[in-house]
Amino acid sequence: MYQQPDSRGHFGQFGGRYVAETLMPALLELQEEYSKCQSDPSFHAEFDAYLKNYVGRPSPLYFAERLTAHLGGAKVYLKREDLNHTGAHKVNNTVGQILLARRMGKKKVIAETGAGQHGVATATVAALFGMECDVFMGTEDIRRQSLNVFRMKLLGARVHEVTCGTATLKDAMNEAMRYWVTNVRDTFYVIGTVAGPHPYPQMVRDFQSVIGREARAQMLEAEGRLPDVALACIGGGSNAMGLFYPFVEDSSVRLIGVEAAGLGVDTDKHAASITAGKVGVLHGNKTYLLQDDDGQIQHAHSISAGLDYPGVGPEHALLHDLGRAEYVSITDDEALAAFRLLTEMEGIIPALESAHAIAHVLKLAPELATDAIVLVCLSGRGDKDIHTVAEAMSVEL
Amino acid sequence: MSNITSTLNTIKQRGEKALITFVTAGDPDLATSEKIVHALVEAGVDLIELGFPFSDPMADGPTIQLASERALAAGTTLRKVLAMIARVRQHSNVPIVLMGYYNPVFCYGVESFARDAAEAGVDGLLLVDLPPEEAEELHPALRQHGIDLITLLAPTTGADRSARLASAGEGFLYYVSMTGVTGTQQVDAAAITSSVHSLQQLSSVPVAVGFGVSSPDDARQVAEIADAVVVGSALVKLIAEFGATPHLLDEVKSFVRKLKMAIQSCP
Repeated sequence: MYQQPDSRGHFGQFGGRYVAETLMPALLELQEEYSKCQSDPSFHAEFDAYLKNYVGRPSPLYFAERLTAHLGGAKVYLKREDLNHTGAHKVNNTVGQILLARRMGKKKVIAETGAGQHGVATATVAALFGMECDVFMGTEDIRRQSLNVFRMKLLGARVHEVTCGTATLKDAMNEAMRYWVTNVRDTFYVIGTVAGPHPYPQMVRDFQSVIGREARAQMLEAEGRLPDVALACIGGGSNAMGLFYPFVEDSSVRLIGVEAAGLGVDTDKHAASITAGKVGVLHGNKTYLLQDDDGQIQHAHSISAGLDYPGVGPEHALLHDLGRAEYVSITDDEALAAFRLLTEMEGIIPALESAHAIAHVLKLAPELATDAIVLVCLSGRGDKDIHTVAEAMSVEL
Repeated sequence: MSNITSTLNTIKQRGEKALITFVTAGDPDLATSEKIVHALVEAGVDLIELGFPFSDPMADGPTIQLASERALAAGTTLRKVLAMIARVRQHSNVPIVLMGYYNPVFCYGVESFARDAAEAGVDGLLLVDLPPEEAEELHPALRQHGIDLITLLAPTTGADRSARLASAGEGFLYYVSMTGVTGTQQVDAAAITSSVHSLQQLSSVPVAVGFGVSSPDDARQVAEIADAVVVGSALVKLIAEFGATPHLLDEVKSFVRKLKMAIQSCP
């Protein structure tokens, strides 16, 4: 029986609570409040109602018929998280966390964001409940995701530009932590991925597990059986964890996480923490990290802002070590090609993050029998990435 | 009793307050840092907190973030910091506490780190992102090599937790004067008096107060309530300003002497 994490937030050797003492009481309180909610049917009813009526769940499970025919192998099903309100899976988690924040009497929320999807999803639920919202985002990401920055501002959030370090997601998270340390008494930190100190990796996984639960039931209905492969992209790993978790005990289902290989894992420009990193401690948890021999965190690179992170959620680190999930990587170029192929073949413009998952399907599906089934989480839509893709194609908009 | 506790207790028994200063090792470079440490000792600092740089200093304000960046740019590594401490040890017995984040220590290997640090002459270790709940992996190795693991307490730490942490304290207790990162707000001595006094009741080791102590006047106010005063960002700012000039060491010594005088006037 797979039961993770332990009571102190450890997933095997990974996870934990590596934070400043100032935050420890807040994390202990959060953990206590979250466990109350877990056993409170009224919390689940409230969460489910918002997912249904506000987010638009369940999201469809779509059989990608033309793509399947094109690849000539396994049947490819897409779990359409791109059709959620705000355009990505991120909102599943922000709805859950803001309901928790309200129960704890917090009036202000903060968030870090890379691609801007989590920032938008947090600003959205903050607007919904009339709460103050501050989002931290790196300069580099503000540049490449200007559309999402404007969306957050329209939603009433303050967007704080983070200029230090690499000016991407990692630094946004540092700055959000610093703000949280300073304002911890009245502020709820809405972390967007299955990383950070306990109970975040567990909590975000639980909220995102709606993806896998729905997909499992939808697959049984569509095909009368479970998929052979469940596959998703991984930055911190929240959509992947949400997809994987309800399948963890189904040993017949291969779980595959797709990391960003950037310019290649043999270069110094990638974000493949499991494939090429080693164990360390950052942002409150122990996990695989890109770091040098002195334990300094290295710069990550991916064309996709949402995968541009030098770490990965601790539960993925455990699933990797247990051999329960496989982790592979896809380069910027492969992701771009997949982005175009899915757009042309299925009329679905995927987020660049999700395009990494699709790119691996392009390799995997042709190797499998035609009666095999691959379930892919299409974590978000690609509207936000149009400028990046145009730039990569040398097209001026 | 450790070098840290015995040094601080001796000061306490004389009816005086101790001055602890923080600088980042390798800022602006290791050779200059070594001179700064000697200057600090010469000017009367009672305990040296030596920061080792980390790429992602989540609990630090801009001043110490920049110091870390300068130190890393100058090629500073934890290994080189230990070598520097070993050189300092040939001239001084001043207690030295290494301060930083857990990852470089974890990456070094906890066993080899504890052994090498003890050999270099490190007396204590303070890791801002390693709460007692996660210290099991490291603590036995430190104990074996006689290195104190310094405990931090914050204004958000509740009464039960404070009591538990304080009674297990080693070296000294470090009370963080405010909810925030280093060097961004000014300490409010009146607001922390009762917390510091209750820690002194609960603890068998001296209580130091840091974060937000930047001027001789701040230091005097904190010294009125605590056993020791920690000054960090203000000194790091001075190093940033004068690091490239020939006046650096004189500026450092003169600032420390002012701090020292301010706290010596305390009861």
